[in-house]
Amino acid sequence: MITVKGIQFSYGNQPKINIPDIELNGGDELLVLGKSGSGKTTFLNILGGLLAPHQGEILIDGVSLYKLKGHELDKFRGSHIGIIFQKPHLLGPLTVAENIALPYFFAKKPSDNKVLYYLKELGIHGKQHARIQTLSEGEAQRVSIARALVNEPKIILADEPTSSLDDENAGLVVNLLKNQARKLQAALIIVTHDQRIKNHIDRSITFNPSGL
Amino acid sequence: MSIFKLSWKYLMAKPLSTGLNILLLALGLSIITVLLLIEDQFENKMSRDAAGIDLVIGAKGSPLQLVLSSVYHIDFPTGNIPLDEASAVSRNRLIKSAIPMGLGDNYEGFRIVGSNHEYLELYNVNFSSGKAWAKPFEVVLGSKVAKEKGFKVGDTFIGSHGIASASHEHDEHPYVIVGVLAPANNVIDELILTSIESIWYSHDDAYDHEKLEQEVAIKGFPKTDEPREITTVLVAYRNPIAAVQLPRMVNARSSLQAASPSFEIARLYELLGIGISLIQGLALVIIFIAGLGIFIALFNSLKERKYDLAVMRAIGAAKSQLFLMILLEGVMLTFIGAVLGLFLGHLFIYLLVVINEQGVISGLTAFAFVEKEWWIIAYSLLVGLLASIIPAWNAYRTDIAGQLTR
Repeated sequence: MITVKGIQFSYGNQPKINIPDIELNGGDELLVLGKSGSGKTTFLNILGGLLAPHQGEILIDGVSLYKLKGHELDKFRGSHIGIIFQKPHLLGPLTVAENIALPYFFAKKPSDNKVLYYLKELGIHGKQHARIQTLSEGEAQRVSIARALVNEPKIILADEPTSSLDDENAGLVVNLLKNQARKLQAALIIVTHDQRIKNHIDRSITFNPSGL
Repeated sequence: MSIFKLSWKYLMAKPLSTGLNILLLALGLSIITVLLLIEDQFENKMSRDAAGIDLVIGAKGSPLQLVLSSVYHIDFPTGNIPLDEASAVSRNRLIKSAIPMGLGDNYEGFRIVGSNHEYLELYNVNFSSGKAWAKPFEVVLGSKVAKEKGFKVGDTFIGSHGIASASHEHDEHPYVIVGVLAPANNVIDELILTSIESIWYSHDDAYDHEKLEQEVAIKGFPKTDEPREITTVLVAYRNPIAAVQLPRMVNARSSLQAASPSFEIARLYELLGIGISLIQGLALVIIFIAGLGIFIALFNSLKERKYDLAVMRAIGAAKSQLFLMILLEGVMLTFIGAVLGLFLGHLFIYLLVVINEQGVISGLTAFAFVEKEWWIIAYSLLVGLLASIIPAWNAYRTDIAGQLTR
């Protein structure tokens, strides 16, 4: 269960961003829509434990995210939250398999066969030893999704996952995320300004530049 | 995956920059290694070769030259001294033992030393074959001479006047090898040893067959009615008072000079010390530049890797893990640099020894490890830590959300 309660944030003297109270259960989906500068990414960063809000609380399975200190928060983020960035942002010096396994290592979990499982699940099996530079944009995006899923998180956050994709691929990626979230019984939150995927997700909220 | 592997992967992602930084550091450290090896081995060799010799008495001239030529056999002798005068001095009650020596000849660069059996006892020699000389023109070879020239007992050769290999030959007086010494790891390995009488007779205008059949002096000074000369006398003191009185007494004599090996070598180190300090200073500057290079490389690479670091934090990396990762990169660079520097230092000594088959340098070995070399590794790791601590701190403070939003 994910609970977002009374969150407020502002950058310096800029207007306050008020985040609506949200409750999500495992397997729930939420689309966060809004134009650039509306605070969507800020919301995602706060939810992902990357940016502490000025006010309010986020509870994930009963754990208040920002009451965790330093290393505890890092560890919690690594093991409970899977983040998919707008661009894949894979680490160049590492292979595909090493990129996917990285959250394992940071969470100090023993390595198992999940890397190969997700390579297969996302249709990129056989690429585990490939260098990042040799991947197509679509393959790289799938690797970044596998990296977000490998620790079997409770919440999957995707920031503009379809912005650089055509209609067909955008639909494929959203369905992929939905399927995996369902399998993991994780809450899926997609932050986007891409109206194309509105029909794929039942529940949505829209952010406006002046706050919600 | 481990932090170590992660750091290594990032280092290997920029092979040219990594390689150049390692090479620069290795060059500085190799200079220090060479200096350490030479200093340590020279000190050991110098003290080994001069063991049991408190004073050298010879002709007036440079005392350092007298010691270098008589004890270490690496310089030209200062000249000769009258046998009777040297013999008279050696009877002084302050002298425990006096070993006369006649120098000045060589065989293809290997010095021929005329002395008695006490000289062999001074270095506790062992024979690998044959025995000590008993008659004129019988010689005993040091292990290195025998090995390099392929000589064995029974072989003969003709010595040359002078101590350089291009000197003219004494073609009338062949030397006969009667013994070969076992390796002693000191100066005697490179010498050809014979009696003083052999040296005398080889320089005589006409030689007397009768003399060549007589036994030579095994101990003390050779007995002769002729006005003969020797080159030096190696003296061991009877008591500590001798160290104060004897040199002053000998130096007061018009034709003789006394020089203390320990004093002269200390003076030599003092003179060389300035040069060594300069080279050490240069090496330290190179190491400093290498450290600075590593700092700049890590600092610049962080600018390019800020997003990578933010992504790592976002997927669960702790600040301390990123700090350690960057720190390890610096330490790994310097550790590899240190190992390569030590290797290059030893390789340089090896090549130096191969090029210089004779003389003091040939006594060095590239295969000895000096304890101080551990310090080279320790100092390098310290350089690595210092060079990477600021970049590591910057990595530690990575603003995840700020970077990911950019």
